[in-house]
Amino acid sequence: MERIDVHPTHVYQGFRIRSGKPYPFGATLVPGGINFSIFSRHADYCVLVLFNRGAKEPLVEIPFRGMFQKADNKEPVWGEFRTGNVFNMTVLELDHEDLEYAFRMDSNYQSTPRGKPGIHRFDPSRYLMDPYARAIGGRDEWGKLADWADPYQHRARIVFDDFDWEGDRQLEIPMEDLVIYEMHVRGFTRHPSSGVPSAQAGTFSAIREKIPYLKDLGVNCIELMPIFEFDELEHSARDELSEGWARMNYWGYSTVGFFAPKAAYAATGPMKDGTMVADELKNLVKELHKNGIEVILDVVFNHTAEGNEQGPTISYRGIDNATYYMLNEEGYYYNFSGTGNTLNCNNPIVRDMVLDALRYWAAEYHIDGFRFDLASILGRDPWGAPLANPPLLEALAYDPILGKCKLIAEAWDAGGLYQVGSFPAYGRWAEWNGKCRDAIRRFLKGDSAMSGAMSMVVQGSPDLYAGRGPTASINFVTCHDGFTLNDLVSDNEKHNEANGEENRDGANDNNSWNCGWEGPTCELAINELRRRQMKNAVAMLMLSQGVPMILMGDEIARSKLGNNNTYCHDNELNWLDWDLQEKNADLYRFFKNTIAFRIAHPVLRNRDHFQQQDSRNGFASISWHGTQAWRPDWNGNALAFMLSSRANGKADGDNPIYVAMNMHWDALPFELPSPPDNLSWHLSTNTSMPAPQDIYEPGNEPPLENTSSFLVGGRSVAILVAK
Amino acid sequence: MSFQLSTDAQQDEARITLGGELDAAAAPQFKDAIEQVAVTSPKRLVLFMDELAFLASAGLRVLIFARQKLGDVDIYVIGSKGPVLNTLKMSGFHQSVYLQDSYAT
Repeated sequence: MERIDVHPTHVYQGFRIRSGKPYPFGATLVPGGINFSIFSRHADYCVLVLFNRGAKEPLVEIPFRGMFQKADNKEPVWGEFRTGNVFNMTVLELDHEDLEYAFRMDSNYQSTPRGKPGIHRFDPSRYLMDPYARAIGGRDEWGKLADWADPYQHRARIVFDDFDWEGDRQLEIPMEDLVIYEMHVRGFTRHPSSGVPSAQAGTFSAIREKIPYLKDLGVNCIELMPIFEFDELEHSARDELSEGWARMNYWGYSTVGFFAPKAAYAATGPMKDGTMVADELKNLVKELHKNGIEVILDVVFNHTAEGNEQGPTISYRGIDNATYYMLNEEGYYYNFSGTGNTLNCNNPIVRDMVLDALRYWAAEYHIDGFRFDLASILGRDPWGAPLANPPLLEALAYDPILGKCKLIAEAWDAGGLYQVGSFPAYGRWAEWNGKCRDAIRRFLKGDSAMSGAMSMVVQGSPDLYAGRGPTASINFVTCHDGFTLNDLVSDNEKHNEANGEENRDGANDNNSWNCGWEGPTCELAINELRRRQMKNAVAMLMLSQGVPMILMGDEIARSKLGNNNTYCHDNELNWLDWDLQEKNADLYRFFKNTIAFRIAHPVLRNRDHFQQQDSRNGFASISWHGTQAWRPDWNGNALAFMLSSRANGKADGDNPIYVAMNMHWDALPFELPSPPDNLSWHLSTNTSMPAPQDIYEPGNEPPLENTSSFLVGGRSVAILVAK
Repeated sequence: MSFQLSTDAQQDEARITLGGELDAAAAPQFKDAIEQVAVTSPKRLVLFMDELAFLASAGLRVLIFARQKLGDVDIYVIGSKGPVLNTLKMSGFHQSVYLQDSYAT
């Protein structure tokens, strides 16, 4: 039976329309046409603007209130298409593939000119992008010079959302089993050495080509740096000599639209077909899932690309500035993000938008989890004060559609709020554990009296996450923000001159150590030490309870030449050089086997913290040692521990594991505790040995000849397995 | 470039030749053709794309529709090149069909 709402009631300049539906917001394909719906509390007037794809001049501008023609007899008729504060209208018989749309808005409230502080910023001359746009054009090809004369730079498009998922669903890998690989979509395959065809390099579809690499490495989750539509040309600077870009918004931590994948990250982007871009990303997710790899998105909800009062009007400020942004009494933007504005996340309207966006990514793209950039901002009230019970964070934690999604907070913001260990968790939120990062780095470089702090890291930071368990802790040594692992062991200081700010930008407290020479060197002993330190670092990470995260390229000693803030470089500083895989094959092998070791041993992957109780024939789940068995030194450079069972006291068929970490410069003999159940020690890992004796594949560990003592080289980690 | 389509059903095999631009406007015509050949319950669907210059997302959807509509049927895509081939590869559709340069008639 035919629906009765597919027939127009009104006509405007030949376009057949009828009243729409206020929900869902955005542009939605409905039988016979497209429903457009947009909220504004303070706008009194709204116009829907339709464009043919890429056209500067509109196809038509249809007011949501005014004079129309009756559809049946063409007589003049008044019409108003609004429900509450939502303008909504269905336009019939549109070609959604060739269509782009915008809104224009005006208000009786006094508006504020650009550059001045103010509450409202309505400007009816501007085309405004839909905050709920599922696809956004205008930057369809990465780095292509924009036509600045185009009055509509970021162009909302329509998406047909009937992807063929072939039964795919979120993987729901238990949090404790996750090994996260943080990566940048473009940086992963843009380098010519990636072997991906140039038209495909740096895109979603190119990641698909590299799935075998990720699988071989052993990671089971990739965390994509921002893929919401952003403007890579924001704050860009041309290099007149090369006629390329000297600097650009490469990382993408500046959202244009929260519902749209970055078009230029799609190989199909140049086709300017929003559905094609969406399909390419969905296809990547589907293929990753088929290979047992989850996808977490790094999402930026703390601010938008509109900047402060000097910034461009793209969408939100022209639609309802007072709703979308935190403003002080004078109308200046609060700047807790360090980028000019702060999204008003605990305003009910904005809160719903954030929820709608995440639900959309989870439901339509099968995304497995989210890492929230500067998440502490999401816990501030509209005036910036931290909330005891932030509604948005609570709503995210209890949301039914997000019920199995990982929720990970970067538990600080640029306004000084630091909540590592105290982020409002509601039993759901994990955190990037910055204290774990600092402790591992300091222990690694031999700072004094760090063994006690390291023992907390090994246990999954019970000092921070008591009651929440180790899975609240995302453990990492490096991430996109800061040194790569290679640079961490090669540079004492940052070297950010290429960023054009005279080395002022970027963090100064890196806790790095160059092993005796700043930057690259031909000195064999230094390079060997650096190689060993990298192995030590990943061993510490994979041996610690919690969720380990490694940075793209660390497994093959990627360097960014000591630059710890490469947000603006679209070049070799950020592109992964795949030739390093052969050059540093031993390091890759070490990473791979260390990850495999973690996966092979459930005692390393506990959901709960150890209880320090006898569990296995008189042995505690975790027992502590030093150079003498059963006598740990909590204020030294050496730490040893033995895992006899899981935190629940059950062995679950796993082998006891003994680990000795000697961050003293000299070799130290470690007296070995007797393993439980009359088992004997076998050697898994000894980072002081050259490859391939540095690590053995799980299951192939040779027995130790001397089972009472083991000499651990200076700045080395040894791992034994009892069999 | 206008869309052209011809069909030829023979015993267990259905052949559809596509030309021009397969966009949202042309997709219903292609879909009708798929439904038409589905009646003959072919075991193999052969799509000749030598003359197809453009494949939009709406056209791609009909290919997926074909796979779903025809069930356990081998789909051969013959002679796709340039942007059409790229679209098939970048969208991942090439993994569920047989891509060939030519086809023995």
